[in-house]
Amino acid sequence: MPEPTPFHPRTSALCRSLFWKEWAGYHAVRSFDTVIDPEYFAFRHAAGLIDVSPLFKYDVSGKDAADFLSYVMVRDIRKLQVGRVAYSCWCDDDGKAIDDGTITRLGDDLYRVTSAEPSFRWFDQQAEGFDVVISDRSRDIAALSLQGPRSREILKGAVGSGVEGLRFFRVMEGKIGKTPVHITRTGYTGDLGYEIWVEPKGALAVWDAIMEAGKIHGIRAAGLDAMDITRIEAGFILLGVDYKSSPHCDIEEQKSSAYEIGLGRLVNLDRPSFIGQRALREEKERGSEWAMVGLDISWEELEALYDAYGLPPHLPAQAWRENIPLYKEGRQIGRATSGTWSPTLKQNLALATVEAEFGALGTHLEIEVTVEWERRVVPATVVQTPFFNPQRKRS
Amino acid sequence: MAKSYDAIIVGGGHNGLVCAAYLAKAGRSVLVLERRHVLGGAAVTEEIYPGFKYSVCSYVVSLLRPEIIRDLQLPRFGLEIIPLKCSFSPLPDGDALCRWDDPELTRREVARFSPRDAERLPEFSKSLLKMSQFVKPLLSLTPPDPCSKNPNDLLELLKVGRRARDLGPEALTRLVKLMTMSSADFLDEWFESDVLKAPMSVSGIIGTFLGVRSPGTAYVMLHHYMGEIDGAFRSWGFARGGTGQISNAIADSARHFGAEIRLEAPVSEVKVHRGKSTGVVLEGGEEIDAKVVISALDPHRTFFKLVGPQHLDPDFTAKMKRYRMRGSSGKVNLALDGVPEFVSRPGVGPHLEGDIAIAPSVNYLERAYDEAKYGNFSSKPYMNIVIPSLVDPSVAPPGKHVMSIFVQYAPYHLKEGASAWPEKREAFGNAVIDTLAEYVPKIRDQILHQQVLSPWDIEQEMGLTEGNIFHGELGLEQLFFLRPVPDWAKYRTPIRNFWMCASGTHPGGGIMGAPGANAAGELLKTGAI
Repeated sequence: MPEPTPFHPRTSALCRSLFWKEWAGYHAVRSFDTVIDPEYFAFRHAAGLIDVSPLFKYDVSGKDAADFLSYVMVRDIRKLQVGRVAYSCWCDDDGKAIDDGTITRLGDDLYRVTSAEPSFRWFDQQAEGFDVVISDRSRDIAALSLQGPRSREILKGAVGSGVEGLRFFRVMEGKIGKTPVHITRTGYTGDLGYEIWVEPKGALAVWDAIMEAGKIHGIRAAGLDAMDITRIEAGFILLGVDYKSSPHCDIEEQKSSAYEIGLGRLVNLDRPSFIGQRALREEKERGSEWAMVGLDISWEELEALYDAYGLPPHLPAQAWRENIPLYKEGRQIGRATSGTWSPTLKQNLALATVEAEFGALGTHLEIEVTVEWERRVVPATVVQTPFFNPQRKRS
Repeated sequence: MAKSYDAIIVGGGHNGLVCAAYLAKAGRSVLVLERRHVLGGAAVTEEIYPGFKYSVCSYVVSLLRPEIIRDLQLPRFGLEIIPLKCSFSPLPDGDALCRWDDPELTRREVARFSPRDAERLPEFSKSLLKMSQFVKPLLSLTPPDPCSKNPNDLLELLKVGRRARDLGPEALTRLVKLMTMSSADFLDEWFESDVLKAPMSVSGIIGTFLGVRSPGTAYVMLHHYMGEIDGAFRSWGFARGGTGQISNAIADSARHFGAEIRLEAPVSEVKVHRGKSTGVVLEGGEEIDAKVVISALDPHRTFFKLVGPQHLDPDFTAKMKRYRMRGSSGKVNLALDGVPEFVSRPGVGPHLEGDIAIAPSVNYLERAYDEAKYGNFSSKPYMNIVIPSLVDPSVAPPGKHVMSIFVQYAPYHLKEGASAWPEKREAFGNAVIDTLAEYVPKIRDQILHQQVLSPWDIEQEMGLTEGNIFHGELGLEQLFFLRPVPDWAKYRTPIRNFWMCASGTHPGGGIMGAPGANAAGELLKTGAI
């Protein structure tokens, strides 16, 4: 039985649809309305406010904190300055990905790590020999994500000074009303946006203040279904959907390396030892087996296929996350792991894992489609991600 | 020597820009010449009053072809469309009908007026969807000439015929009815509730000088029904930043592919030499040569202003004169101090996030037409209202709003003559606000600024002949291979190297982009450039 988050009194009052799901042990709203468009478009045109408290949060402190994090992460965290945020993934000894998340440097020797699944045991196990303290703050910190082109104006109204100068992937301390908060310029929508971190006792006051400040800017409470569309448009992978955490895999074949989940750009190989370094270095030299790619599924062909059945094209109203076979000349060469119709781009998009040789941009593949219980295929092309990358994200 | 282009496009409306972008994308050198200081033609956003961005003329989008959005990468250049949440029809008795994006909510709303209609509505949608499926592929088709013996024309006609056959006898009958009946009669075959039929029937009269009981209007209803966003039929939306943002996105795409665009460059004439166009002359006297000249203006302006009858066959001129361009609508744009409060559903709410139709009954609409028939604007007009700032805060200062009111009927030809419009404008604006005040009593206190556009103003400002929003009415007699006139429905004109690419050609008006794209496709296919 999931439990309520600190924002539950507010989200449950607004959730007229009663569409909920379980997220990391908490009740989370899938969509407040039966139709998710307004929540999606709030993210893209005004601002959406979503409760992301179920994220796991760990504080890493002590004089070796930077060395320790650089040891567990594929990325060299020693370069991260105070007040900045970095995105990274962490791997097992074989270079297989465990999880991905953000690392925020809150002070000289204080970092906060977020993750999608529990990682305390893994971090703690690696900490031997480092002068660090790792504490699980997941229940002590509630979190809201405020995303969309108006989010800056709204936060300026709620927080006052300082927000305007907060640049992409930076953190600041502030107060909303009397409640102290941390604000990071981060998010999972690929848009201009912020995440607000607050102790549970101040959670409702923060929610109310942001909603109040947002009223004149078209703010809207948004749920996970709307965010799922935006995160695919932004090309963000999701643990448990687009890849599986290596400790949870039943067989070796289910595991993916940092390179194979498309995060090779984060891997700093040439530095002192870190977990997975040897395997990742070998993989870099040898070449990866799999590639994570973005796919543009031909809408014209899909329309023609449906038309041959006398049907209008049909798409699910929200993002999907079933594994769907991909083919090249009749041979299965991978799978799409999640996808969505992009209301902004007017494209039918998917994230996929394919045999590395088919990962080059512009490669033509075929994806399975079921129409009237018959399995057919339509063309799909490997394209660049992020699919959608507005300037305002970094502005 | 001055630079010469493969193509010059006269008019920077959305179709001219689409055509330019496709030609530039195909590697041709293209110059777009726009008379005004802003691009977009009738798809334009202007800050008439500081802080408030009016979508001055065209205010919603649905027909913009998704393949154009993809081909021209418009989202990359700033195009974002937000779907309308609902259709809200307040009634004079204080009640209201709201048709929502959620079918179950809509069913309950309609059932308050007629339980039968509530059950019938999904069947109706399905039936119209089938019609739309038939008509939709025709949108991106260059109309085949039914009198031609050219194998390509015959093949295309055969394809159209096959699709019609595949519809089956029942749907085909319905299609014929749709093509010939009035929207009110067509809806009578389906529904009983006037409250439901009235707002549905109006999509049959938009941009035409016809009433909801005039034959032929049922098809126009389908034309509007066909609008699609995201492959879903019948979704209308706002462009973020106003409809001008659509034009700007297309223009940026065109520039990206190498097209040149000049503002405040009015073309005075198309140079015609021995039945062939060779370029254009600007009002300042500057001459620019091009292999082809493409007009993105309406047909009347194209042939009677840019070219002139001296270069045309009298027979063609006669046909073109008969092409109907009767302007029938006006526009009122308001800057508001707050969210307007409707008597029938007070407060801010999702019912205001779609379009709001002042169309309380079929008789109301027909009466509005009666006045127009005899040369008056409707004292109680049909109005289609949107408040885009509720979902797109970028178009108004925080807490303030813009309201766009499409008003029908406002006949271009007043009984006192079109030139009487400047004197009548204020009275027309008052009629609109008075009507609105019956539903929103405090509206006058909220108005910070108002812009009133009669069809005469639309003609003066935007250059649309008679202020007709579709570059010519969407009547069956001037659609498909008859648009704008028979024999000249393939974007070509009687003058060699002189082409058309705007809403006066197939498939017609609305922010669709299809004429521009089809014209570019046809031009490239011929190898003319």
